[in-house]
Amino acid sequence: MSVLEVKDAWRGFKPGLWQRDINVRWFLQSNYTPYEGDDAFLAPATDRTKRIWKKLEDLFVEERKKGVLDISQIPSSITAHAPGYIDKDNEVIVGLQTEAPLKRAIMPNGGLRMVLSSFKAYGYEPNPAVVETFTKYRKTHNEGVFDAYTSDIRACRSSHILTGLPDAYGRGRIIGDYRRVALYGINRLVKEKEKEKAALDSAHSTEDVIRDREELSEQIRALNELLAMAKSYGSDISGPAKTAREAVQWLYFAYLAAVKEQNGAAMSLGRVSTFLDIYFERDLKEGTLTESQAQEIIDDFVIKLRIVRFLRTPEYDDLFAGDPTWVTESIGGMGDDGRSLVTKTSFRFLHTLRNLGPAPEPNLTIWYSPRLPDNFRKFASKVAIETSALQFESDNLMRSAWGDDGAIACCVSPMLMGKQMQFFGARANLAKCLLYAINGGRDENSGKQVGPKVEPVKGDYLDFDDLAGKFERMMEWLAGVYVNAMNVIHYMHDKYSYERIEMALHDYAPVRTMAFGIAGLSVVADSLSAVRHAKVKVIRDDTGLIVDYQTEGDFPKFGNNDNRVDQLASAAVSMFMGKLRKHPTYRNALHTQSVLTITSNVVYGKNTGHTPDGRRKGEPFAPGANPMHGRDSHGILASAASVSKIPYRDAQDGISLTTSMVPEGLGRSNSEQVDNLVGVLDSFFGSSGYHMNVNVLNRDMLLDAMEHPEKYPSLTIRVSGYAVNFVRLTRDQQMDVINRTFHGAA
Amino acid sequence: MAIELPTSDVPLIGSPYDLRVGLGEKAGTTDIKSAVESGDWGFIHSFQAGSAVDGPGMRLVAWLSGCQFQCLFCHNPDTWKLTNGIPVTLARAIEVVGQYRHDLKVMKGGLTVSGGEPLMQHRFVLRLFEAARQQGVHTALDTNGYLGDRLTDTDLLQIDLVLLGLKAMSPDVHKRLTGKDTVPVHAFARRLAALRRPVRIRFVVVPGFTDDLDEVGRMADFAAELGNVERVDVLPFHQLGRFKWEQLGMDYQLKDATPPTSEVVARVVERFKTAGLDAV
Repeated sequence: MSVLEVKDAWRGFKPGLWQRDINVRWFLQSNYTPYEGDDAFLAPATDRTKRIWKKLEDLFVEERKKGVLDISQIPSSITAHAPGYIDKDNEVIVGLQTEAPLKRAIMPNGGLRMVLSSFKAYGYEPNPAVVETFTKYRKTHNEGVFDAYTSDIRACRSSHILTGLPDAYGRGRIIGDYRRVALYGINRLVKEKEKEKAALDSAHSTEDVIRDREELSEQIRALNELLAMAKSYGSDISGPAKTAREAVQWLYFAYLAAVKEQNGAAMSLGRVSTFLDIYFERDLKEGTLTESQAQEIIDDFVIKLRIVRFLRTPEYDDLFAGDPTWVTESIGGMGDDGRSLVTKTSFRFLHTLRNLGPAPEPNLTIWYSPRLPDNFRKFASKVAIETSALQFESDNLMRSAWGDDGAIACCVSPMLMGKQMQFFGARANLAKCLLYAINGGRDENSGKQVGPKVEPVKGDYLDFDDLAGKFERMMEWLAGVYVNAMNVIHYMHDKYSYERIEMALHDYAPVRTMAFGIAGLSVVADSLSAVRHAKVKVIRDDTGLIVDYQTEGDFPKFGNNDNRVDQLASAAVSMFMGKLRKHPTYRNALHTQSVLTITSNVVYGKNTGHTPDGRRKGEPFAPGANPMHGRDSHGILASAASVSKIPYRDAQDGISLTTSMVPEGLGRSNSEQVDNLVGVLDSFFGSSGYHMNVNVLNRDMLLDAMEHPEKYPSLTIRVSGYAVNFVRLTRDQQMDVINRTFHGAA
Repeated sequence: MAIELPTSDVPLIGSPYDLRVGLGEKAGTTDIKSAVESGDWGFIHSFQAGSAVDGPGMRLVAWLSGCQFQCLFCHNPDTWKLTNGIPVTLARAIEVVGQYRHDLKVMKGGLTVSGGEPLMQHRFVLRLFEAARQQGVHTALDTNGYLGDRLTDTDLLQIDLVLLGLKAMSPDVHKRLTGKDTVPVHAFARRLAALRRPVRIRFVVVPGFTDDLDEVGRMADFAAELGNVERVDVLPFHQLGRFKWEQLGMDYQLKDATPPTSEVVARVVERFKTAGLDAV
């Protein structure tokens, strides 16, 4: 592309350093138009959009019946599959992972075992040539990891004190700055990467430098493959995008390249809506686009994001409750200069939930601040009430820590676009760690010596000081094993399943974080509280293993804004973080930690014995940083206040709180409900709240809550001015509520 | 004071949904009398932080124990007896308000004192409200109005909003439903009107008692005439409190009653609107 063509593509844009350097944030800050108005400008779905969506809905039915619609036998890469379409002549934005919609690709670089068990589960025969290649000639990430695991790591893995380690599949949670492709085009990006590589020529070839050179070469190769893939769809993306449709298409090609090559646990999109708005504004101003066309482009883009699919085993789907891809898009937020980053396209993205109906993907995430425009806060609350499909995260905390061009990977992990990546990894089960402390390193279920052999609790009653000391020592051991495991995993992932295209859309030497996680926080806090404030008697089996507890008296429970227990939760988080920091990480990544379990809290609970807080063996943990279900009895503010006390500085990968309510619990009229939700969000994020999932319940969710009360810990429903905690009602009462609440609605 | 009071760091355990019995029974009768007279402490059934349906905005609600009505449809009969609540010092209650005062302002809410019947402990309530107002927290009193005489005109000027629970208009229906007569209640309503104090009326649609449109009509006309009613909350009777009646071994006359249909509720709302009132 010539200089003139680039100039044409950038027509009307305010020039700046973004032209000299690869710097999307700079471009965005100097060119975007904040929007303070309401949602009245939005356009409904066009007939074309409705037809395409209908076509897919029919395929979804078939997919649900069969588990997977179809599987491609070709090991996937950016260019492995021929172009695919839903309805070629009518698609505004094109591109599929394989040659047909919902047909899943295999990505054996992460691990062949996962591919083979998926094939088996869905009744497919693997291609022998592929099996041979990935067993005889090509090593996978999965094999690499197990070659280097220590016996400690293996033991922790099988006892489930460390779970969800990404050692058999793609690690995910890396977000390429896909906007770069739209703004600069491939040629310019390749040129910059070549410069970065050339700059390394003068460096002595140490292991680090050699790896960087090899990675940069791979990145350049991936960019050229992306160019070729786009070309197969008839687009020349060597230069910058010239229109809004092209900007969306270029950006989507880049994202598509990533999901063609990586089956990451979470493959998030980043923060694209306000960037794209600059293009929409320009086209609208030039008179080449109508609002309806603008919405149609976004709708079509979102349709594509909704049909991203990966081949995974049914067990994996059970763990994560469904088939999640976490195509997270971060919306809103404030800029460092005090202007809101809300634009009309922020509204257009949320509007897809109405035009296409609610859906979990893309995972639309509001970077919330009480300083966002009133109209947007109200609109987001309204959409949250209507669809339960939004999550909210603290713009203030994340912006102060990382910057104003950050995005969420997966659920709560913030990172700066194109300048930061994370090594993701699993969770340590802290509740089990506490039980190991009590039993001198023996597993409470198997009786096996998993942890270090230290003195178990003696006597009939647990003593707080004694237990706190033992717990701290056991954490010390666990943190060491955990960092070791993560280092091995990420070394091997870089080696055997490197995210070429995603890293090509990062600066050289980005900030790397290593994101650890903990599960069972509220169980730990309540158990420690029971030991300190009540009397906890231990019950041993005939091998001397402490297997159960008898608690005499009441004790303060996490989730009631009571410092006597809340500080125990905060202390456990900070203490474990401190222990993790003692161990060096692969590539000198910065240690971070999350208090997040998504839905795996059920599985963690299943593998954990009786705990001193009275939780029974196998009973699910509360999700994320939530109080244990039914124990937070003082209302949503008290529960949120307890969670807000967990210090973000020691949990920089995120602290998750899930709330559930019925619309009636938010007020008696529609506008009252919207205003009250805005109020709750303003108050939570105006203090130190980090993340809030807002479930506004419908009938199906209540039925689900009857089967899985652990998923709806703080579900308060209000009927006629009377509050009930739904999961504490008897089955009959629950049915009664459901029948009455949804009288005439079902 | 001879009563063993919880120290200030004892949480106000419990939620409004729990059955609560005999938590304040350690208090002797003399102590109860002096406590109620001074307002130094009160009997609280429970606190809830974050209610959207007990006044404007998101609110902190203190449910006090003790009630002189015995409403047949009551969903919290465990709040009738004063000593079923937890004895709480005024200072401790003020501390709880302080914990949430900033959030209550942000959420355009405030403190609601409900019950039971809060005016059974009117000194405690007034002193708690005074402290709340000093912290800039909006105050709402949820009352049946029967003990309205306990509040002076000056007291009433200190309460930002009264949520007045009008149970029935006809004296005989009211008597059958609550065990008490209407005269003091209506007098209190008129007094609030004369003082131009903002009022929201709460009206429960009880099948067989107050779902009759003539009865509703009389109430709507009465409420409209007052001139200070900013809104009427129409609340359909429900059966969620049945288990409390059963567990307390009390005779629950409405145990087989079915909640009113949404059509009936809609007609009631409409009737209030016809009278020129804002009703939801």
